[in-house]
Order: sequence, then C-alpha cells, then structure tokens
Amino acid sequence: MGDVSGERRLRRRRTTSRSLATTIVTAIVWLLACAWMFPALWFLLSSFKPGSELFSYPLTLFPKHWTFSGYVTAWERFSFARYVLNTSVVAVVTTFLTVIVSAATGYAFARYTNWWLRWFFVGILITTMLPTEVIMPSTFRVILDLGLYNSLAGIILPSVMTATGVFMFRQYFSTVPSELAEAARIDGAGEFKIFWQIMLPLARPIAATLAIFSFHWRWNDYIWPLIVLNDPKNYTLQVALRSIVGVDNINWSVLLSASIISLIPMVALFIAFSPQIMNANMNSGLKD
Amino acid sequence: MTAVQAPVRRISWQTRARNNLVPFGFTVVTMVLFAVFFVWPAVLGLYYSFTNYRGYGTAKLVGFANYVELFSDSDFYQAVLRTLTYAVLVVPLGFVVPLFISVLLVGPFCRWSRAAQILFFVPWLISPIVAGVIWRWMFGESFGVVNFVLSKVGIGQISWQTDSNLSLATVVIAAVWGGLAFNLLLFMAALRNIPRSYYEAAQIDGASSWRQFWSISLPLLRPTSFMVILLSSIGAMKEFALVQALNGGGPGNTNYLMVQYIYHTGFELNKVGYASAASFVLMVMLLVIALIQVRIDRRTELG
Repeated sequence: MGDVSGERRLRRRRTTSRSLATTIVTAIVWLLACAWMFPALWFLLSSFKPGSELFSYPLTLFPKHWTFSGYVTAWERFSFARYVLNTSVVAVVTTFLTVIVSAATGYAFARYTNWWLRWFFVGILITTMLPTEVIMPSTFRVILDLGLYNSLAGIILPSVMTATGVFMFRQYFSTVPSELAEAARIDGAGEFKIFWQIMLPLARPIAATLAIFSFHWRWNDYIWPLIVLNDPKNYTLQVALRSIVGVDNINWSVLLSASIISLIPMVALFIAFSPQIMNANMNSGLKD
Repeated sequence: MTAVQAPVRRISWQTRARNNLVPFGFTVVTMVLFAVFFVWPAVLGLYYSFTNYRGYGTAKLVGFANYVELFSDSDFYQAVLRTLTYAVLVVPLGFVVPLFISVLLVGPFCRWSRAAQILFFVPWLISPIVAGVIWRWMFGESFGVVNFVLSKVGIGQISWQTDSNLSLATVVIAAVWGGLAFNLLLFMAALRNIPRSYYEAAQIDGASSWRQFWSISLPLLRPTSFMVILLSSIGAMKEFALVQALNGGGPGNTNYLMVQYIYHTGFELNKVGYASAASFVLMVMLLVIALIQVRIDRRTELG
C-alpha cells in the first residue's frame, strides 16, 4: 500500500518536473525566436511608414498611417523588373549548371579511383579553404582577358564549380551499390548512359537540395557582380541595393521598400520548398 | 605463353582506359573551370604580387617591394587586426548560439518547435546586403529602435555608428543573426541522427540533461562542430557584403576588413600588384587557420 502510493507520488513528481521543463524550454525558445524575428519585422513594418513618421520619436511598432509611397517611389525610380530578371537569369542558369557539373564530378569521385582523380579531389578541397574572393584582383584580370567583363556570363561561369556540390554528390553516389551499374553495363549501356539515365535520376533528392542552396547563394552574391558588372543595366539586385546604401544621404523610405521587394523571391522559394530546406542534411556534403 | 598473355594485356588496357578516359569525361568541365577560375588567377596573382601592376599597361617586376610596403602599412595591420578580432568574436558566438537553440528545438521539451524553427529561419531569406541594411536601421544613432529603447530605459543614446568598436559590435550581432539558420540546419540534422536509445539508456542510469548533452550529444556532434567552426572562420575572414551595407567599413576606415582592404587598394586605388600581395597574405592566413583546425580535430579524435 505504502509502496504503491510512494510510486505514484514519484511518478507525479516526475510528470510535474517534466511539464515544468517543457514550460521553461518552450518559453526560452519562443522568446529567442521572437527576438530573432524582431529586426526583420521592425524593418518590414517601418517600410509602410510615411517618410515623416520614420524618424519621429517616439517610435511605434505599427505605422500610424499605413502607406505604400515608399514602394511606389522605389518601383518608379529603380528598374526593379530589370534587376530581378538579371538576378534570376544568373541564379537559375548557374544553379542548373552547378547541379549537372557537380553530379558528374561527384559521380566520378565516387565510382573511379586513380592517381589524378585523387589529386584533383585535393584541389577541389583547397578551393573551399581558399575561396576566389581572396584573389579578386587577378581573377578580375582573367575575366577581362576572357572578354566576360560587364556580362552576366562573367558572374555565372566563375561560380558554377562549388566544392560543396561535388562533395554532396560524391557522398551520395558512394552509397549507391555498384551492382546497379554492373547490371546496366551487362545490358550494354555505356558509362555515360548509366550516369544520365540511372544515376542522375536516383540522386534527385540531392540535386533538389543543392539546387535550392545554389539558388540561394547566387541570389545573394555580391562581390563578383560588384566587380564584374559596370553598366547599371546589368546590375543584380544586391548591387543595385548597395547603390542606394552607398550614397551620403540615404533615402531610407526608398531603401526600406526596395530591400523588402528584393526579398520576395526568396520568401516565395522558402514557402514552396520549406520542407526540403528545413530537413536538408548538409552534413553529408560537408563532412568529408 | 604469349597467346595466353595477349588477352590479359588487352583487358588491362581496356580497364585502364575505362579508369582514365571515363572519369576524365565526367570531370572535364570542372577541371576547365578549376584551371581557369582558380589556378590561373592564383598563379597570375602570385606574379602580380611581385610587380607594380596598376590594372593597365605593362607590369614591372619589383621583387618583394609590395610585401615590404605591406608590412609597414599601418592600414594593413589595422585591417588584419580588425578581421581577426571580428573572427574571434563571431566564430564562438556563431557556434554556441545555434548549438544551444538546436539542442532545445530537437529535445523533447520544446512545444511547437516546428513553428519556432520557421521564425529562426527568417534571416536565411535575407541577403547579407539587406541584413546589413536592417541592422543599420536598427542601430541608427538618432533614429534606430535600439537607441530609442535604450533612452526609454534611461541608458541613453549609444554611438553605434561613430565609435569604431561599437560599430564592429553591430557587425558581429548582424553576422550571428544572419548565420544562425545555416548552422542550425547542420546541428539539427546531426542531432536527429543520434539514436534516441542513447539518451534513454543514460536516463535509466540517472544522467542529468546537462550530463547527457555533455557526454552524448557533444561528442557525437564533433564532425559537425568541426565543419561549423571551419566554415564560419573562413566566412568571417572574407566578410565583405554585410559590412558594406551596415557601415561601409566605417567610421572612416577603422572597420575595413581584409577583403574590403583588398577591394579598396586593388579596385579603388588601382594598386593591383599591391592588392595581390595582400591577397596572398590573406590566403596564407586562411590556410594556416584551416590547417590548425584540421590538426586540432585530428588530435582530439586520437585523444
């Protein structure tokens, strides 16, 4: 009798301590999450304030008078459609090329071994530690010599090769049993056909993850477009935004709304692919 | 005898061809890109670093003059020191904060963790340029919400833009804020891969939550931790876009980081040879950082 009640008391204590832990942890997490959200939320709400309200203390979270005037001015003064188009072309084309090239290279690293492949792998590894940003002046010369200056190709080509993409595919293909390729080989399929028709379709989840991340990297790229593009007609969104921040007297009303407009495509991408993004296991590509 | 050997040799020739030609076919595009956009610039940059090249005309060899000038240039030392200070602040914070949040999110005690995760993901949608703009807006000296709140609670206005140390602090805050989502992704994926049974066994043995984290999660997260630290140190050493939008390296040039210093000398002052020398110093620094970390990683693995 005493035993049973003691056990019950213990269990009750355990459930209360458990629910206490849940309350505390949930509170901490949500407090932090709201803090993390706040700068973006504040920025978004500020973009709907009229110019007079932006700098007048006391500041309020919500605009007293909601207005889209900043958006209208930003849209009229900057050729956003053009920048969005340029950035999209760069991001989409680079991403497509990155996925194909990384898949083929990763496949070679996973399936074949010989001395030069091993050295080449080390070379790729080095590019992660020595990114081309650090040798900008000479890479710029190379871009000039190739006649890629002031063209979108000049920012697409240098960013096609990514070590992360190669590693992701290498990791994945090394888990695919080699019997699969053997069977196809016996059926008379060539090596490239095996890759294109069997292996690449198998790796679709990896391709999707890499595509999302590559698009994200390229959408946000700043330093190469800044150096390579000269004509404002070719500007990408990030470079165009920087031209608003760079001036002495920042027009905040325009800058706020222009920044928000530049985020819309990424937000759409996130809404469409959030399960893939939030469950992406980038470790696989980066670990080795 | 020869009749027996001949087919053997033919097969080995075929295998060899398959082991060389086929992988060559798969990797040739990457090789060309690697050669054109990595090897060529690296070799050219090394050559430029020994010349007085100014971006046009001919380059004249000047020996080690650029390097000598570089090491007596106080602006260069300032940029190196600023970059290292920045990295020393950003890397540990960018490691501990996502680790802490991911442990709470993945653990059994967090309610609605999926929704919270989405809130933490918001900065992932924001480019470094826009992130810089957001924090510039937050930390505006006479109009920012941070100073508004600080003056409300009686602390008064703080010179986030005109004090160089505080200005660097705002960059650190912005970087940790913006970098959280990616590191969170890495940690959460790794934490989910740890079998629940480990924790259950530890619970039966009466191990506290802290003990479970310290003795199960942390050791098993080692490869991920290594990756996060390595990637964020490299990222910190080449930070550029965020600073450009947040304070432009200001006030003055006090917060120029390495890449901005290279950009400034190479593209704004057209001292290509000199900037190439600075690039190589940065390259050596990155290589040393990477090697030290690989070394430490290997040693702790053995120990």
